[in-house]
Amino acid sequence: MSTQTPESETETETEPEAEAEPPATKSHQQRRMDDKRARAEARDEAAAQAATEFEGETVELKVFRYDPEVEGKEEPRFDSFTVPFEKGMTVLDALIFARDEYDSSLTFRHSCRQAVCGSDAFFVNGRQRLGCQTQMGDLEWPVRVEPLPHQDVVKDLVVEMDHFYDQMESVQPFFDPDELPDGELEEQRQDRENRENIKLSTRCIWCGACMSSCNIAAGDNQYLGPAAINAAYRFYMDEREGEQKRQERLEIIEQEHGVWRCQTQFSCTEVCPKDIPLTEHIQELKREAVKENLKFW
Amino acid sequence: MYEHDVIVVGGGGAGLRAAIAAQEQGADVAIVTKLHPVRSHTGAAEGGINAALRDGDSWEDHAYDTMKGSDYLGDAPAIDTFAKTAPEEVIQLEHWGMPFSREDDGRVSQRPFGGLSFPRTTYAGAETGHHMLHTLYQQVVKRGIEVYDEWYVSNLAVSDEPDPNDRECHGVVAWDVQSGEIAGFKARDGVILATGGLGQAYDHTTNAVANTGDGVAMAYRAGVPIEDMEMIQFHPTTLPSTGVLISEGVRGEGGILYNSEGERFMFEYGYATNDGELASRDVVSRAELTEINSGRGIDDEYVYLDMRHLGEERITDRLENILHLAEDFEGVDGLEEPMPVKPGQHYAMGGVETNEFGETCVDGLYAAGECACVSLHGANRLGGNALPELIVFGALAGRHAAGEDMGEPLIETGPSDEADREELGVPTGLPDSDSAESAADGGEPVVDARSPDDVVADAEVREEERIETLLEREDGVNHADVRANLQQSMTDNVNVFRQEENLEDALEDIQEARERYQDVYVADKSRTFNTDLQHTIETRNLLDVAEAITMGALARDEFRGAHWRKEHQERKDDEWLKHTMVTWNDGDPELWYRPVLLEGHDQTYEPKNRSY
Repeated sequence: MSTQTPESETETETEPEAEAEPPATKSHQQRRMDDKRARAEARDEAAAQAATEFEGETVELKVFRYDPEVEGKEEPRFDSFTVPFEKGMTVLDALIFARDEYDSSLTFRHSCRQAVCGSDAFFVNGRQRLGCQTQMGDLEWPVRVEPLPHQDVVKDLVVEMDHFYDQMESVQPFFDPDELPDGELEEQRQDRENRENIKLSTRCIWCGACMSSCNIAAGDNQYLGPAAINAAYRFYMDEREGEQKRQERLEIIEQEHGVWRCQTQFSCTEVCPKDIPLTEHIQELKREAVKENLKFW
Repeated sequence: MYEHDVIVVGGGGAGLRAAIAAQEQGADVAIVTKLHPVRSHTGAAEGGINAALRDGDSWEDHAYDTMKGSDYLGDAPAIDTFAKTAPEEVIQLEHWGMPFSREDDGRVSQRPFGGLSFPRTTYAGAETGHHMLHTLYQQVVKRGIEVYDEWYVSNLAVSDEPDPNDRECHGVVAWDVQSGEIAGFKARDGVILATGGLGQAYDHTTNAVANTGDGVAMAYRAGVPIEDMEMIQFHPTTLPSTGVLISEGVRGEGGILYNSEGERFMFEYGYATNDGELASRDVVSRAELTEINSGRGIDDEYVYLDMRHLGEERITDRLENILHLAEDFEGVDGLEEPMPVKPGQHYAMGGVETNEFGETCVDGLYAAGECACVSLHGANRLGGNALPELIVFGALAGRHAAGEDMGEPLIETGPSDEADREELGVPTGLPDSDSAESAADGGEPVVDARSPDDVVADAEVREEERIETLLEREDGVNHADVRANLQQSMTDNVNVFRQEENLEDALEDIQEARERYQDVYVADKSRTFNTDLQHTIETRNLLDVAEAITMGALARDEFRGAHWRKEHQERKDDEWLKHTMVTWNDGDPELWYRPVLLEGHDQTYEPKNRSY
């Protein structure tokens, strides 16, 4: 089954879409830093009230439940848990509380608790987010937690990731240089600028939030999807690989279900928890493909 | 039954490196891991990878720093092997495309780190582990190495000779988390444990929820000695509310620690008058807690780590990830304000006893990475020495398991008949109880095993019974309560500052937890993705490792490295140049000692006063 069943009454609750990103006049880095400052100011204001405000307060968590094997859970339903709110509490903290205090069978993936293992991407209040990275205090209450849309649900918040992994691994996501330096202890040289170009693309934690948010991927199961294209970008742009490999990579990127499917809706970029400019990377690869094709005309 | 030449348990840095090495040696290798490899906690490592790569540095200096950092509890053959091999392994990562931070000339950057006499820490921003993990996984994909991901290995298939030195490991038993299928995995040539840390034995830890000491506990119960378990590293800079790690790279780049009086206490109170903030981790953690206990902490809980003076450009270039962590998990802007930090459980120096090739005393059973104790880190691990350990000893274990002849090891393994047993005078091990059945038992070595296939098949049957028992109980104790009590007791009693009374309290708490665990039950009866069942079994593993940590801590009545004892304020080299060893002994743990090896293949070390 999938979360796109009649069950999904969430559409009415979806948060307003943020506007598409402004043209890239500032660097991505710069924008992130500006955003950060804005958030810090907002936080200072909020902090002043917060300390006393939440004393003794509870928050309601509505969690999607499904288990094909368990009576009463074969049909998806939502369970409500009342969780004592504390400042700094994340969606993951709230889920762990609900599981350990109320229902041990509540099931979700999680591990590092610090936004690097990529296990806990959920659909929280109508948007793909990492549970550990999302503050309960920043959300509208009650907080509604569902599995990632467009993926088969295994149980509760756990979705089948195999298709995502298959797409990730279909782009030859491994470094494959034409040649290496002679000496065993001799490293390849890489320009700082080149490393900078690929830096953001290497941050991907394979959480699947982007793929789940993408309308194209939802309609075309063979579409590589933003994360896999970003992986291709990471290697295509790495100057340490040779020209021959670049050509091979271009063929993968350009295939029928590759970059040209992207309709630049920026939904992937919006939800990426590592702030990878996915849409920009896809656009850049389209330009590369055009450039290369012109060369052979 | 599945069958491969080499089975690697765990998909983090050590496991992936071991699998690649075994495959390059011609073995049919498979990785069996409870998380998909990219979810492994290697990915959370931030700071870097030490290796002597440049003119002016040498492997001997790296080895010397490591031995000094270990407070002379490391074994020289392990340290020498490590320091000598680290450079080629780091360059190998570069050849596999790892996106290291670079110098102007395009070469890999290196920065200073605590306890190092040369800036030899290579890094990739402040997310070095993430890049290392992904680089290694990319090579696994490239080679088509089989990965059984989200398969939980719950026991080893080891033969049942009375002396663990005579036992053989023929595989593992695992279940597919998604479907609940239980299966034996036969290993024709070897099983490599690479299960990582055990930080979940503590309440405030940088470790992942998955770091439950599974490999250590499984090897221990199969008869393999576990070594120097009391040596737990508390990292000096973790965020107070979550335990999220703030990399030592911040101090490496020039970050400063202040107390509530605005004093740079590392210098002003004489904790480390030469190296200050860049003293070894144990030294800085104790300094912070001493400040806090003396009333100079903020909110009586933490101190400040300030990096603002480094400037936005340098911070975003080299430490950007720290800004995100501080903001997301503590609500602090590291560019505008100092970050609150306090010590948190970070790393286990001890673990499964191995020799310098990763072999345990059980034939065919290996361990590498944090779950192993080769012993490289001794009483204190230096920052930047964990990641190279994964690749150096992961590769060696992989190649050895796949059949490469490496000659005779210098490090001895296995229970020794000659060593005297230490009596702690506090009850440990399985409680005497008629109800001690397989669920609480964790699986003893198999009885009447014959061929390797039988050993695996019998182990599989036992695991099926154990799981059935847990699932059939209709009520009882929730493992989460047992785990929470254990974590609290360990954090209260077996922390940075240790004293006899508290350690005894902890052992009592653990006994009580063991008794309650006998009535543990799994509320979720589903076979599909049953995390309740998995966590219940993990909690059993935590009980075993926590007990061994506390036993070692109680026995070692001296102050060495990370191990501080209130009643014993000095390092006692006459008495204590020895490792604490704990053997399971069928549920009645024994504690004994093995001498430290200060003489290696190439050089001999002389214990010196350790000051920074």
